[in-house]
Amino acid sequence: MLFIVTTYLCLGLLLYFLLGGADFGAGIVELFTSRKNRSRIRTTMYHAIGPIWEANHMWLIIAIVILFVGFPKIYTVMSIYLHIPLMIMLVGIIARGTAFVFRHYDAVKDNMQVLYNSIFEYSSIITPLFLGIIAGSAISGNINPEADKFMEAYVWSWLHWFSVAVGLFTVTLCGFLAAVFLIGEATDVYDKQRFIRKARHFNIAAVICGALVFLAAYKQEIPLLNWLFGNAVSFIALMAATVSLGLLWYLLRKGKSKILRFLAGFQVSMILLAISFSNFPDFIIIKNGTNISLWSSQATASTINALGWALVIGSIFILPALIYLIYSFQKHQINEH
Amino acid sequence: MNDLLAARSQMALSLGFHIIYACIGMVMPFFMAVSHYAWLKTNNGIYKNLTKAWSKGVAIFFATGAVSGTMLSFELGLLWPRFMEHAGPIFGMPFSLEGTAFFIEAIALGFFLYGWDIFNRWFHWFTGVVVGISGLASGILVVAANSWMNSPSGFTFRNGQYLDIDPVKAMFNDAWFTQALHMTIAAFAATGFAVAGVHALMILRRRNIVFHQKAFTIAAIFGTLAALVQPLSGDISAKDVARRQPAKLAAMEAHFETEEAASLVIGGLPDEKNRKVDYAIKIPGLLSFLVHGNFKDEVKGLNDIPVQNHPPVLITHFAFQIMVGLGTFMMLISVIYFLVLWKKREMLFSRWLLTLFVLATPLGFIAIEAGWTVTEVGRQPWIIYGIMSTADAVTPMPGIAISFGFFAAIYLSLSVVVIYLLYRQIKMVPQLYDKPENITNKTI
Ligand code: HDD
Ligand code: HEM
Ligand code: HEM
Repeated sequence: MLFIVTTYLCLGLLLYFLLGGADFGAGIVELFTSRKNRSRIRTTMYHAIGPIWEANHMWLIIAIVILFVGFPKIYTVMSIYLHIPLMIMLVGIIARGTAFVFRHYDAVKDNMQVLYNSIFEYSSIITPLFLGIIAGSAISGNINPEADKFMEAYVWSWLHWFSVAVGLFTVTLCGFLAAVFLIGEATDVYDKQRFIRKARHFNIAAVICGALVFLAAYKQEIPLLNWLFGNAVSFIALMAATVSLGLLWYLLRKGKSKILRFLAGFQVSMILLAISFSNFPDFIIIKNGTNISLWSSQATASTINALGWALVIGSIFILPALIYLIYSFQKHQINEH
Repeated sequence: MNDLLAARSQMALSLGFHIIYACIGMVMPFFMAVSHYAWLKTNNGIYKNLTKAWSKGVAIFFATGAVSGTMLSFELGLLWPRFMEHAGPIFGMPFSLEGTAFFIEAIALGFFLYGWDIFNRWFHWFTGVVVGISGLASGILVVAANSWMNSPSGFTFRNGQYLDIDPVKAMFNDAWFTQALHMTIAAFAATGFAVAGVHALMILRRRNIVFHQKAFTIAAIFGTLAALVQPLSGDISAKDVARRQPAKLAAMEAHFETEEAASLVIGGLPDEKNRKVDYAIKIPGLLSFLVHGNFKDEVKGLNDIPVQNHPPVLITHFAFQIMVGLGTFMMLISVIYFLVLWKKREMLFSRWLLTLFVLATPLGFIAIEAGWTVTEVGRQPWIIYGIMSTADAVTPMPGIAISFGFFAAIYLSLSVVVIYLLYRQIKMVPQLYDKPENITNKTI
């Protein structure tokens, strides 16, 4: 059962990163679009993510529940030492979710829209930025339970070059995922061209931020190179990501949306796999070297069993419905009025 | 403000905010389903418009409920890490099942909101019902988690360790049924009265009368039915509390001394220092009756409980009085409504009856907040009753007061925006739903 629970945890995080990431990214793409084209993008975007955005949100909740039920130590250590970035991320989630709905459901379309839009766009950046910062901090080895000063325990645990670089990298990846996803949703040639251009720009930005991550790791003596090249799986995953990058640029020129989506998702998954594999099952790397791993922090067997069954039974209900939802909306144009 | 107080206030604020959205998210889908059903059966366009108008409200509330709920699942750890470290694996079962319920709710809502004219009509209707049922299920599940904090079970506590964990037993603890029952009925009563009140106001203002009359009737029937049975379920809850948490009961009733033929204290100002209640009405024997079913038996008072385990009496007592007072008032309105419905149909939309409902708009929600205050404050100083104290559970991070202030500002502004949006939705009803072709001559 531990295996099943862990699989769900990883899957939940991966899906949140991909689908939620594309969702955040849509806001980022919107922000980096010239004002006169923004409203077009909004319409496209609404059609693309409207029906499933609630569901996207769920992956995070599932991952969190699995953490606090099955691996309480991980949940509590993160809650204590990454309190501040978690809070900021939460504020981002709140602001974004509500602004998205408000701007759509406000019965009167007036100046309030400007406010909703800018809240939506900026929180679309803040949320993945801090998501990345949190992920980066978990593996950076800066969390220090022995610290007795406020700054050291609760601020320097997450505020450092490496985590910020990972945060920026995350933002660019989200923008990239969204741009690629939107190519397939574009209704005319101009829009399509625009999204293709955006996808390129975000891809370049991602490569630059990726380089920043390496620099920061080098500066903070985080053995990132060792993690990525020290084992076969990470290495192969990294190669696969690189190859798909080339393929992606080639296909971008053709604008083949279905394959592009798949490739972009694949590429991001490979990057995540490459980074996490060599640390697995360690989840948090602590300053003094006593890492917190999934295995060492697991709850008792009875809890893991119950959790596993709950997840399996839940999926039996959820998956068919979710697949049917996505299928239906791929088939029909969304019709809301 | 010290960190513990700030953390408690922040938790209370977040939950108090979330519960409003949660209740509406649980109950409105049923109103929609009734109106939707009426449309499918009668083909009266007003019902279709009503369903759509309500569904927009639900979408707004659902989103706010979902984000505030997401907040909560983090906040449990951000504020109470020591609690979650031990409690998570024990009371986590309902949360993991709740995940499924939420997920199904979100999917069904996707079908419902975006599925007009796409799917088979009855399938579309059914997805709306699924939204309601899964919302209800998730509400019941979280309450089961909360009731575990009041009535911990499913583990053995030995030498400070939590052993022999049984998550299923923990979920079906002693308190879950009474709490879940009372909460579910409360959600229907509060939402029913709130929605009915808003539509009653619109009828009084003579806007779109036919539309609002239909809306009022659906909401009022749900709300009044629930309000009629609420005191019964509350009585069951009180008996239950007396059995498992005598300190909470004593605080609710401001019952300072153990006595036989204990009297029920109504109103009054509890004086914790001198252990008496000033200015109260006392009805001899009634408390014994409510707790034990006869007028003589002994009811345990706070004097038999160590002082360090006393909950704050003043807040608990006041909150309880507010809940019961409002509950009684709502029950009376319901009795009147059903009398009118039964004997004097022509008075159904008379000014005085509508005015009564307008006045009652916020009462259910006030009662809900008061009820949760009773449950949660009455559990103090424990976070897990009898096992772990709230002070031991709080996060070691200092400066929680800042975060509390910050969240207070966010919740406040969110509430303002939501109210503003709903106001605009209602104001736009004439433009959006009042096209002549939608109106038929049929009234109720
Ligand atoms: C519309 C809202 C509403 C109304 C009218 C009432 N209640 Fe209530 N009550 C709640 C809403 C509520 C609640 C918010 O839903 C609580 C908080 C926790 C819970 O499970 O339900 C609650 C808790 C609660 C508790 C504590 C349960 C516990 O701690 O486990 C008791 C003893 C009562 N109620 C009793 C009553 C009585 C005797 C009422 C008589 C009229 C009454 N309630 C009306
Ligand atoms: C939504 C309805 C709820 C409301 C309005 C509510 C209200 C409150 C209030 C007023 C407090 C502060 C009590 C005090 O410190 O004096 C509190 C504390 C708390 N509640 Fe609730 N509560 C609700 C449901 C829940 C649920 C479902 C859970 C968990 C499963 C929960 C978990 C907690 C925790 C962990 C605390 C902090 C510890 C404590 O003060 O005992 N609450 N809540
Ligand atoms: C008695 C207290 C509670 C009740 C009755 C309740 C009920 C609900 C309901 C019905 C929803 C669906 C939202 C909607 O339809 O508008 C919801 C959302 C949510 N609640 Fe609560 N809840 C309570 C307390 C809590 C607590 C303590 C937590 C955190 C641990 C929590 C976590 C969530 C989450 C994560 C969501 C969002 C799920 C989604 O995206 O749909 N709730 N809650």
